[in-house]
Formats: sequence, structure tokens, C-alpha cells
Amino acid sequence: MNAPVTDTMPIQSSDDIVRVRQEVRRRAAAAGLGIVDQTKFVTAASEIARNTLDYGGGGIVRLEAVQDGARKGLRLIFEDHGPGIASIDLALTDGYTTGGGLGLGLSGSRRLCNEFAIESKPGEGTRVTIARWK
Amino acid sequence: MAQADIGQTIAKRRAEILKDWGHQLRDGGALSSGRLKEAELDTQVREFLDLFVQAVSTNEADTARKALRQNVAEVSRARAIQGFTPTETATFIFSLKQPLFDALTQEFGKDSAALIQGLLAVTEILDGLGLHSMETFQKSREEVIIRQQKEIAELSTPVVKLWDGILALPLIGTLDSERTQVVMENLLQSIVEHGADYAIIDITGVPTVDTLVAQHLLKTVAAARLMGADCIISGIRPQIAQTMVHLGVELNVVSKANLADALGAALRATGRTVATIKSASGGSALSKA
Repeated sequence: MNAPVTDTMPIQSSDDIVRVRQEVRRRAAAAGLGIVDQTKFVTAASEIARNTLDYGGGGIVRLEAVQDGARKGLRLIFEDHGPGIASIDLALTDGYTTGGGLGLGLSGSRRLCNEFAIESKPGEGTRVTIARWK
Repeated sequence: MAQADIGQTIAKRRAEILKDWGHQLRDGGALSSGRLKEAELDTQVREFLDLFVQAVSTNEADTARKALRQNVAEVSRARAIQGFTPTETATFIFSLKQPLFDALTQEFGKDSAALIQGLLAVTEILDGLGLHSMETFQKSREEVIIRQQKEIAELSTPVVKLWDGILALPLIGTLDSERTQVVMENLLQSIVEHGADYAIIDITGVPTVDTLVAQHLLKTVAAARLMGADCIISGIRPQIAQTMVHLGVELNVVSKANLADALGAALRATGRTVATIKSASGGSALSKA
């Protein structure tokens, strides 16, 4: 596997979320993802980015073009230094929300990606890694 | 060397400085884009230099400096609106350095202490004005952006009447919360005005439907229902439909593949139908008009 090309984008306002979506769509297309996979991954990125902003108080996303043999893909790592998630199992339950949303963002995103990982320490922050392969 | 001496030097060599400065600006391409006329630039240059002389030579330096800053702000704002780049705008101030330095060198060439003092004073003032110019430029650009955002928010959410009692709301672009608010208000207001029974929300132009957008849509539909209008959502593209299923979002509303189908459904629901007229001449009704 080649060394990944990493770029970082800030997530500090809802305009940043729009930019992240556009950039993810562009890179997903460049990685050769089809229109359905692009849309799925962009939607997942939008959900996680909004969580980073709304619950994590803002943070960053690292975008990595990844390659494994002939397979190409895109990996996104969202990081914030917010309050963290008390119970990841609970947060991943359909319909569970602490912010008045539909409660489907995190659990739904997991279903839209090939790779999905959450690391979170209460009081220190959260890191969500998602990836989609062609 | 007192500041008043600088003022006198500039006043004495005014014509020469103006000429040099004019050359610097033209070489820098101030006129090449055609956004600024030659006469306009000449006026700006003359006004600025005269105010500059006043600012360094009068006793009431505060008033004069304020006027000078005001002048810089006006010039910068005008350039921001005319679409100049930050560099082009800042060059207006900074390109005066060379002509002023030349004038001071010629005047105080032998007295190096006075020359250094003079150059320092001029640099300080011009740098301050340069920063002020950038600040005004930035602020004016932001004003333009905010105004355009408002215009876009207004323009891109028109509610159109398709038939008696049937409205359509073609959504285009990103549905962030501020615009969604405008969309909701427009739609609900139009439902009242037209006494509409059906509202078709067309999302063909919405690139991403995530849970927040879905929630906004559901809230709009619920509010419309409370006002006695049924909503039909149209234009859900295949990739968005698949994504929404995976996300687990259930849009509990009637939805149709495209706006035409949605209109057909609304017409049927209000007891109407669209029929083809059998015309003897075979020509189109529109072409006869």
C-alpha cells in the first residue's frame, strides 16, 4: 500500500461542511467511485462533519486517497476536541439523539461506508474514521 | 527633520511626484483591466497626494489624517466593488513610496540623518494607510458576499403555481438551515395566499440529502399538513433514494419520480385530468396563437 496523500480541511462553520462535501465528492469521483457510492460517501461525510461541528464544537477532517493493490478508495478522519461520546453503543443506536435530530446520522453513516471506526474519550474528544473503497 | 518639511518637499515637487506615481500605477496595470478610467485615476491620485501633504504639514494633523483615511477607505471600497484584486488595491498606496523616496532623496540627499528620518516617517504613514486600505477592501468584499448570499437565498426558492390549488417548490442547491427557513416560510405563505390543497416539493436540484435535510423536509411537510395542504416530494434521484434507505430515513410522504408525475397525481387527486385534443388540422395549439 502506497503512502497516502493527506490533506486537512477545517470544520468550524456550516459553510465548511458544504466545502467538505464538495471536496469529498470531487475526490470520490477521482478515486473512481460510481455515482451511487459517491452519493453515499458524501452523505456519510456530511453527517459526521455536522456531528464534529455541532457536538464536538468544531474540528478538522483529514482526507486520504488510499490504494490497496488495484483497489482505490477514500478515507476521511474527523477529529474534534469536544466533550467526547459517553457511550458509543448508545450513540450508534438508530433514533438515539441528544441534539433534537433524527438520531440516524452516526448509525446511518456506518451503513453507508465500508470502514467505520469511532474512538472517543469523554472530556478529550472524538475521532471518527470512515472509508469507502471502489 | 520635522514632518512639516516633508510636507513642503512634497508640495514643492508635487507635479513631478504625480507624474512618477502615475507612471508607477500604469506600469502596475491599474488601467489595463479597463475598470478604471484614466481621468478617474488622475483625480484619485491628486486628491490623495493633496490630503497627504495636509496630513503631514498642518497643525491639525488629526483632522487631516482622518480625511486621508476616509479617502483611502473610499478608493479601496470602490475597487473592491469593481472587482480589483487585493494586490491591485494595495498597489495604489504602496506605489507612491518610490516617487516620495526619490523626492526626499533629491531634497535631503546630503543630510543623511534628515533623509532617514523623512523616509521613516513617510513609510510609517503609507504602511498604516496600506493596512487601512486592505481592511476596508476586505470589509467591502464581505458586504458584497453577504448581499449576494441574501439575494441567492431569496432568488433560489420561488414558489410557483402550477394549477388552481397546486403549488410547486423547486429546490436547488444546498439546504443549510438558514435557507431552509426561508423555503419553509415562502411555501407556507404561498399555501395561504393561493388556498392550495397540494404542494409539490421538487428536490431534483439538491445534491445531497442527509439526515438534516430530511428532517427539514419532514418539518416543512408537517407544517404544510397542519395548514390543510398535502405535500408530494418529487425528483428523488436513484442514488439519493438508495442513500436514504441506507441512512434509515423514512420520508413518510407521497413521492413521485419527477415533477410531471407529481403534477399528474395532484391533478387526479383534485378531480382533474389532462387529455390530448384531437385537432383536425393537426397543428399545435401554440403555433396558432
